[in-house]
Amino acid sequence: MENNSIQNILESLNYFTPELALMLTFFVLLLVDLFFRKSKYLLPAISLVGFIVSGYLLVYTPDVKGFLFSTGMTNIGLYVIDPFSFFFKILILLAMIYTILFSLSSKEINEAGGNRGEYYVLLSSFALGMFLLTSTIDLLLMYLSFELVSLSSYILAGFTRNVKRSAEASLKYIIFGAVASGAMLYGISILYGLTGTTNLYLINFYLSNQNIESLPLVIAGLLIIGGIGFKISMAPFHFWTPDVYEGAPITITAVLSVASKAAGFALLIRSLKIMFIDYTATNLQSSAWAILSQFKWNELIAGLAVLTMTLGNLAALWQSNLKRMLAYSSIAHAGYMLTGFVILDNQGIMAILIYFFIYLFMNLGAFFVVMLIADKLGSEEMEDYTGLGYKAPFLGVSLTIFLISLTGIPPTAGFVAKLYLFGALIKAKWIWLAVIGVLNSVISLYYYLKVVKNMFLRESEIEYSHNLGHGNLLITLSLLIPTLLFGIYFKPIIEFAEQSVRIFGF
Amino acid sequence: MMPMKNYILTLTIFLPLIGAVLLLFINNEKKNLLRYFSLIISVITFILSLGLFFGYRDNQVGFQFVTKFEWIKSLNISYHIGIDGISLLLILLTTFLTPITILSTWESIQTKVKEFLFFFLVLETGMIGVFASLDLFLFYIFWEAMLIPMYFIIGIWGGENRIYAAIKFFLYTMFGSLLMLVAIIALGVSAMNQLGYFTTDYTVLKTISSNLLYSTQLLMFLAFALSFAIKVPVFPFHTWLPDAHVEAPTAGSVILAGVLLKMGTYGLLRFCLTLFPQISIDLAPYLSVLGIIGIIYGALVSMVQPDMKKLIAYSSVSHLGFVVLGIFAMTIESAQGALIQMINHGLSTGALFLLVGMIYDRRHTRLISEFGGIAKVVPIYSTILLIVSLSSIGLPGLNGFIGEFLILIGTFKSSVLNSYWYAAFAATGVIFAAVYLLWMYQRVVFGKLENQHNKDLKDLNSREIGLLLPILLLIVWIGIYPSTFLNKSELSIKNILKEVNPTKVELIKK
Repeated sequence: MENNSIQNILESLNYFTPELALMLTFFVLLLVDLFFRKSKYLLPAISLVGFIVSGYLLVYTPDVKGFLFSTGMTNIGLYVIDPFSFFFKILILLAMIYTILFSLSSKEINEAGGNRGEYYVLLSSFALGMFLLTSTIDLLLMYLSFELVSLSSYILAGFTRNVKRSAEASLKYIIFGAVASGAMLYGISILYGLTGTTNLYLINFYLSNQNIESLPLVIAGLLIIGGIGFKISMAPFHFWTPDVYEGAPITITAVLSVASKAAGFALLIRSLKIMFIDYTATNLQSSAWAILSQFKWNELIAGLAVLTMTLGNLAALWQSNLKRMLAYSSIAHAGYMLTGFVILDNQGIMAILIYFFIYLFMNLGAFFVVMLIADKLGSEEMEDYTGLGYKAPFLGVSLTIFLISLTGIPPTAGFVAKLYLFGALIKAKWIWLAVIGVLNSVISLYYYLKVVKNMFLRESEIEYSHNLGHGNLLITLSLLIPTLLFGIYFKPIIEFAEQSVRIFGF
Repeated sequence: MMPMKNYILTLTIFLPLIGAVLLLFINNEKKNLLRYFSLIISVITFILSLGLFFGYRDNQVGFQFVTKFEWIKSLNISYHIGIDGISLLLILLTTFLTPITILSTWESIQTKVKEFLFFFLVLETGMIGVFASLDLFLFYIFWEAMLIPMYFIIGIWGGENRIYAAIKFFLYTMFGSLLMLVAIIALGVSAMNQLGYFTTDYTVLKTISSNLLYSTQLLMFLAFALSFAIKVPVFPFHTWLPDAHVEAPTAGSVILAGVLLKMGTYGLLRFCLTLFPQISIDLAPYLSVLGIIGIIYGALVSMVQPDMKKLIAYSSVSHLGFVVLGIFAMTIESAQGALIQMINHGLSTGALFLLVGMIYDRRHTRLISEFGGIAKVVPIYSTILLIVSLSSIGLPGLNGFIGEFLILIGTFKSSVLNSYWYAAFAATGVIFAAVYLLWMYQRVVFGKLENQHNKDLKDLNSREIGLLLPILLLIVWIGIYPSTFLNKSELSIKNILKEVNPTKVELIKK
């Protein structure tokens, strides 16, 4: 018995190399930071290498492997490797790599003082936590990695601690986060109490074979959804988002809005799907919450999605600070993506994956341009963007394209993302939800256009010139080109997403 | 297979876009080079579209110059374009008006010339693309992509209130078109349920759409119709139009009135009618009534406008009311009339906007009360304004008459509407048009020359005359011999009406 589990763990490590690479990066960064504090490029370079190595290992680990690290009585372990987690890990790595690149030219980060080492160390632990979240199938590991992600991001959000709003953001984030993870932990404990196991598959097995009272189960489900909802800034758990996004350094805001949201979605989809739905079924019909069929989960999620996108969009309308506006807009985008989860079939999940992939480029792009301008201008206020489009044409045009894509107007990639999402909804006969999504897009047009309006339709006398370095130019282009290209030629993303909807066990 | 012939259409669509991209490499300061370059590009586009015109066989049913490439395999979306007589004429209108409009900006657009011409050429690609798309997905992309250049054209080069107008324009149109997107996807999904594969191909969709539940069809029809109605604009969705027109620069107004509004009526004719024939017939009376309200309302509001540009803007609502009526009367005469009225409106209203723009360039005001008695100072201007106004009123012998006459005749004997009252009410619009336009003409041109500023108005220069002449020529041509154009579209119109209502199509008598 003992031998067996050691055997299994050792064997499992072969599949765990990408995560190991991240851990190694973490330790190397810690050590290097001790000895080479002065060097500006060493730490980011090591992080980049670490992420790239991890990506390389990721691509070369076998496709599907279930139940890593199983111990003791059962063969069912803690961790799975499947195309679904692969997709999200790629997404997370891309977002992390961009964050490092952004950080290199970010004034906030570079002027933050001597503790830049922590920043990169924490980014790697942040990435590791998110990796674990996308693959975990055990409530305990889920909670642990959830906390790893949260703790890293609390500190990162307050990284520029001498800036008042950054410290405030961090504190708010911690308080909200503590409540959310407490709620989630409570949900987990109820589930454990009911079923006597922390493994998602076993929970499903117990739930479907034994008659368990539904009320505690519903409460547990709600609590878990709430906890994860906090991570993906789903209404009504979104209150922290604008403050934290506004207060945190832009690089961190960018990564929070893409990567940590992606990890949250991966967790949400996987855990709920495995726990509450018959995971042996290969072709799910919509509304197939096999267990707990007396409670209308999909309608609940649909309601939350509508709430999330509408609140996000309506609040964004009134913002005058660009960063804050993008924060609300990212809440709205979480709302759109949640609609894909309502359907719960492969089409819906595929739509979420496509959306995320495109969202990565357009949202990071928008944040990056805002960061570059803010570093130069010293302001994120929309008023100060007046006439900027003529003074920094490349940045102005790029930001316009990113915002148009976020609105979802063809021929940009954002349109394709919305197309697949609404397409999946209509196919599953959730037409009213699609219509609400569409109306929300019209609202969002207004505030995105407000930025464009200030940049191009109004003129001002302010002096501003921007000499973009080659590096920044390349980074912007590397985000801009996919945003445009995937609007016209999106076959590759579709295929990638199609292959990635396979969750282990389905 | 005639490869060259097939690529003409694609080339016509994308040449302006290619031109726009090339424009970016020209130095900002060389304004005249920028202007000549865009003019040449748009003239070549026009010549290419003449190739379409002469290559089009009007005795052949169905789409011609069809090109089809697979685009997104998993969704069966293809780059599928082709034209019939209807799209042919509208494409020609677009390519005809664009060079004229570019020429009209020679002096009035002095700032950010490159950006303006860039947006203008992109816009042209969008417009031609809309008229040529046979795949709804492709159609939607062109339809939406066109909003962005228009937004900037109004917003950057417009008048005082331009920002408000630009955003209003964008929001209104976007609202409608997103609902249309939902309907397009829903149609594709129902194709999947019926045929086993998703598609947005128009030629396929029209075979399956009539099998759907009546209520489903109704909702889809409403989504499409709303989107088109906002664009036309049909009363009561017209409120964006006066703002957009008044604030837009002259060139923007010309293209907006000349072509963009036609995309709405084109959509009604092409997609609403053939995709949802039964609903179209059932709702025809209501839409016709909206059309008639538009005719009368637009005319009445025009009468009291102190601003010439606003007057013309509201007259558009009135004229397009005729088009809507003509489409939903569903007779060959009325539909042919509607098509020719679309062209006429593009020419006459386009020319009116140009003329107003020209006087605005000189006096920096458009208020009717600022003028009076300028006939002696600017005789050429006054003459051309008279001809164009008369054409817009519908004087026999000029183009406007043909369109309105055909529409009224067709409506009169329409079996779908089945009442004389439609034609009777609509006919009042012709009278009102005479009132508001002639009254404006009288106040501007005749009377005593009292305002000192008007004493030394300069008459039109050769460039201005040169760009108006082709329009005048067509105004007379269509007025005297409309068959050149009607023949091209007759079979296509007949075909559409046959698809809608095979039993009630009466053959046109020559």
